[in-house]
Amino acid sequence: MNETYELRSGETHIEVHKFYPGAVVLAAAAALVFQTTVPVYFPRLSILDLPLLVTIYFGLSRRNPSTGLLLGMVIGLVQDALSGPTVPLGFYGIAKTVVGYLASSIGGRLDTEHPAARFALIFLFFVVQQGILVLIRRLLLAQPEPWFNLHLAVAAAVNALLGTILFLGLDRLRRSS
Amino acid sequence: MVAIPSKHKSLTLLAGILLAQLLMLAVQIKRDSHGRLLRVWAISAAYPFERTGAWGFGKIRGVWTHYFALRSTEQENEALRIENDALKLTISQLKSRAAEADRLAAILNFKQAHEQVPMVAARVIAASAGTASCTIEIDRGERDGVRTNMAVITPDGAVGKVIEVFRGTSQVLLLTDKEGGAGAMLVNTRTQRPVGGTGDPTIQMKYVASEENVPVGEKIVTSGMDKIFPRDIPIGTVVEVKPGNPFKLVRVEPAAKLDRLETVIVLLTQAPVDFKNDAGSPNGTATNQPGVRNPASGTAAGAEKP
Repeated sequence: MNETYELRSGETHIEVHKFYPGAVVLAAAAALVFQTTVPVYFPRLSILDLPLLVTIYFGLSRRNPSTGLLLGMVIGLVQDALSGPTVPLGFYGIAKTVVGYLASSIGGRLDTEHPAARFALIFLFFVVQQGILVLIRRLLLAQPEPWFNLHLAVAAAVNALLGTILFLGLDRLRRSS
Repeated sequence: MVAIPSKHKSLTLLAGILLAQLLMLAVQIKRDSHGRLLRVWAISAAYPFERTGAWGFGKIRGVWTHYFALRSTEQENEALRIENDALKLTISQLKSRAAEADRLAAILNFKQAHEQVPMVAARVIAASAGTASCTIEIDRGERDGVRTNMAVITPDGAVGKVIEVFRGTSQVLLLTDKEGGAGAMLVNTRTQRPVGGTGDPTIQMKYVASEENVPVGEKIVTSGMDKIFPRDIPIGTVVEVKPGNPFKLVRVEPAAKLDRLETVIVLLTQAPVDFKNDAGSPNGTATNQPGVRNPASGTAAGAEKP
């Protein structure tokens, strides 16, 4: 995976991006550390889900469903592990596995470089993740959880907005072809 | 072995991973386990980064809080300023009450130390309306036994004399008034001379001959010759001596704080008051008068016997 190549699907071609060595690991680690550290000092920033944003970004960029779901799984499980014993392992893991898979699958079919498309996709994936989490809570953990509320809508919009900006920064980690 | 089509590989992988995680979840729920091993690994791995991140974000927050997030600081500052002013006022009131309590305690101690001397404590309720005179008004009058020409003192020293008595109040002429004065004597030389006010904060010892030696710092006490003040009540300290002909100009700093009088004592008699045993003096002015009393006899050194 050291070269940039193109996926050909009929007349359209979608570029698959490569990143500098360690960029994915560092970005994921930074997102996880940020997620556990920043809310301590800036409680309002707990609304952000940086691990989700990183999962989405690399899923959309790599456009390989297998690597996307694996990356989502690893990030989700580490997030579970860092979330304390009240969050069972697999809670975020399942959700981010699905999101990673969907992101890389969609990224292989659509051009996701435009900020508007990114905003919409992040919003969508945030809602998807939330739906999976609620499902897990309700079905597996027997914990009542609302499907949707205003806070979630705001959180989705905020994450989408920040994600769109963050993705511009993460684009710099790409190798030039 | 059945080969999985390549386009289904990722789906198969997804299904497998999801199934594995669901099983892991189920195991955790069933056994009430929390996957401690993975958590320990994750936390151990994240700890250095979290610690570094916490340090960095703490610094960022500090910079933000102290330099950028000052939007509400002005309002907060204003509120604190108002609160500070209110607290200052409260402190001032409390200090005033504490000082008043001290003064009253001094008066009480003074009275207790001189039980044999009839006296009445009085509160200063007014001062002269103009600068032309130095008088005060006290809340004791005829019904309290106050009469004109009675001596008014504080534990620090002489204040003045009663010049006007009403039923419930009296007016006191201070030593600093131009009309005020008292019979006085120098503590060491026992030279007796009257002192009188000049309208200034200080008083003046009069008729001191140019050849008489009056050192600066010498204490002055009442002589008892004026038939108003008992002997040996501190009047003040010589602060300035200027040569003159035929008399020196001797300025005396009053022992009593005449510009800050709030409570005074009206002596209902001319009997001697032993200031040496005065426990009520708040600053020891009255108790530390060298030579005021004769240690052997207990009376003023060189003073005339009554």
